[in-house]
Amino acid sequence: MAIVDYTATELLERMDSRELTSREITAAYLAQIERYHGEVNALVRWDAEDAMRTAEAIDARREGGEPVGVLAGVPVVVKDNLCTSDHVTSCASKMLANYLSPYDATVIKRLKAADAVILGKGNMDEFAMGASTETSAFGPTHNPWKLGYIPGGSSGGSAAAVASAMAPLSLGSDTGGSIRQPSAHCGVVGLKPTYGRVSRYGLIAFGSSLDCIGPMGRTAEDVARVMSVLAGRDPRDATSIAGPVPRYEESCREPLDGVRLGVIDEQFGEGIDDEVADKVQTAIRQFEALGATVHHISLPHIRYAIAAYYIIAPSEASSNLARFDGAHYGYRAKDISNDEKDGPLVAMYRKTRQEGFGEEVKRRIMLGTYSLSAGYYDAYYLRALKIRRLIAQDFADAYKTVDFLIGPVTPTPAFEIGEKMEDPLAMYLGDSYTVGANLAGLPALSLPCGLTTAGLPVAVQLQGPALSEEGLLQLACAFQQESDWHLSRPELIKPKDQNG
Amino acid sequence: MTLSEADVRKVAALARINLSDEDALRLTTQLGDVLRYIEQLAEVDIEGVDPMAHAIEQVNVLADDTVEPSQPRDVMLGNAPRRDEECYRVPPVLGD
Repeated sequence: MAIVDYTATELLERMDSRELTSREITAAYLAQIERYHGEVNALVRWDAEDAMRTAEAIDARREGGEPVGVLAGVPVVVKDNLCTSDHVTSCASKMLANYLSPYDATVIKRLKAADAVILGKGNMDEFAMGASTETSAFGPTHNPWKLGYIPGGSSGGSAAAVASAMAPLSLGSDTGGSIRQPSAHCGVVGLKPTYGRVSRYGLIAFGSSLDCIGPMGRTAEDVARVMSVLAGRDPRDATSIAGPVPRYEESCREPLDGVRLGVIDEQFGEGIDDEVADKVQTAIRQFEALGATVHHISLPHIRYAIAAYYIIAPSEASSNLARFDGAHYGYRAKDISNDEKDGPLVAMYRKTRQEGFGEEVKRRIMLGTYSLSAGYYDAYYLRALKIRRLIAQDFADAYKTVDFLIGPVTPTPAFEIGEKMEDPLAMYLGDSYTVGANLAGLPALSLPCGLTTAGLPVAVQLQGPALSEEGLLQLACAFQQESDWHLSRPELIKPKDQNG
Repeated sequence: MTLSEADVRKVAALARINLSDEDALRLTTQLGDVLRYIEQLAEVDIEGVDPMAHAIEQVNVLADDTVEPSQPRDVMLGNAPRRDEECYRVPPVLGD
């Protein structure tokens, strides 16, 4: 077995037993990045020398009998909206093309404290606004399972990096599905934690009441190990949750007997692709075989989730992105005209934002500005916030009778690059099954459960009440012990001599 | 309701974004589509429902009132597109 075929858990075991060094492991993943970068474009930047130095330092400490962190020597790719003090953080935008953060995000600090080796930054939709990684200023990421198809988004680079064995683990962020949807399209496991379980400090803000950082990997056990490192209260994020952090990986050993799963009937109606529905139904039967009981649940307001989300998230974005004004950091337009009626400073703001932001970011800022503007606030923003409570109440009611919800992550498999770029509404409707968890602040996990006849991954979504990450990971671990979808690899990266 | 190109230009002015004529035309159609979809929210009965602004509804998360070191000024100014010693430098606020 090649180094890049091991899970993170297996790599840790092999480093502990001195079969492998972090140097060998890091070199193997870097070679994979070099080899497939041109085709996949999963990373926007990486620093091989820095990664190798870090790996060697960890090897030396391990060799010398010094204590090492729980992810010691394991390579990780992090999404490009997570601030790193040693490399540029661009949010895949021209606006921040040269931005060097003065500090590390809390999750980056925690990864470094756990002795993970940060390889580089994952490509993404600009400012995490998109569902396809096509709006990146660095060009689209391709789905490793089928080049020419989207990897999902906005954490498409983080998902594609794991799928193409450029890293065993990655971090993404999820505001409306941006960890789960690319995980589904790339056939990896992605966990969106409970809102506040992981500090947002140093995550470039999109929708502050919705944003969550979470781990992606090939197995639920690997994802659980990263979650144990990321989770916890952070004084720098007042919305982070206090209270003990479990060792999530230990939940992987618990049996499933008697777990009550609720199927959201609304999610198997109009708009779902037949093959996706079929694979997800098969997965639900597999969970039954593992000891779960299945119940039918209705979430009466969930059909309004997309409409409410596309008011709330853009409203928060229009406010958060007001900071990109060309004055404090990032891009500033040149040749400011003097004839602007608002004066040169405002003319600079306007031209900077016209040139620095891409189309989708401008669309969302405009949508949010409109929803918050005088005369529309009550009809749009305030109404959406009230419907948000009704949706959260639907989830709370559902969890009175079932332990977890189960259903699809996305209505369709990955689509072709370019297919939906001119039709934003069609792109937004792809988030139908994922935005509910963000509006309600609840955890949810994307778990690979099959391939379509065209060879594209399909995933099942597990959702739970607040702070039920252990249960979600327990379900996912149990499923993966009885199936091997998570072990399949795209043709692209299979050794060519075995392909004939 | 329908969204006019004038509405789009007004919103762009509020959002401090210049639009080309082509942008304004395209955004009028695209934002109009999204707003028409969003109109379905009008059919929901929201009588007596409190708005939910945040997923975790905390009140007053207090921190101790202690002085802690913050980022050095030079580091924070390091990303400024233009600076003048200890200040950010910007074009004149009112004309030349």
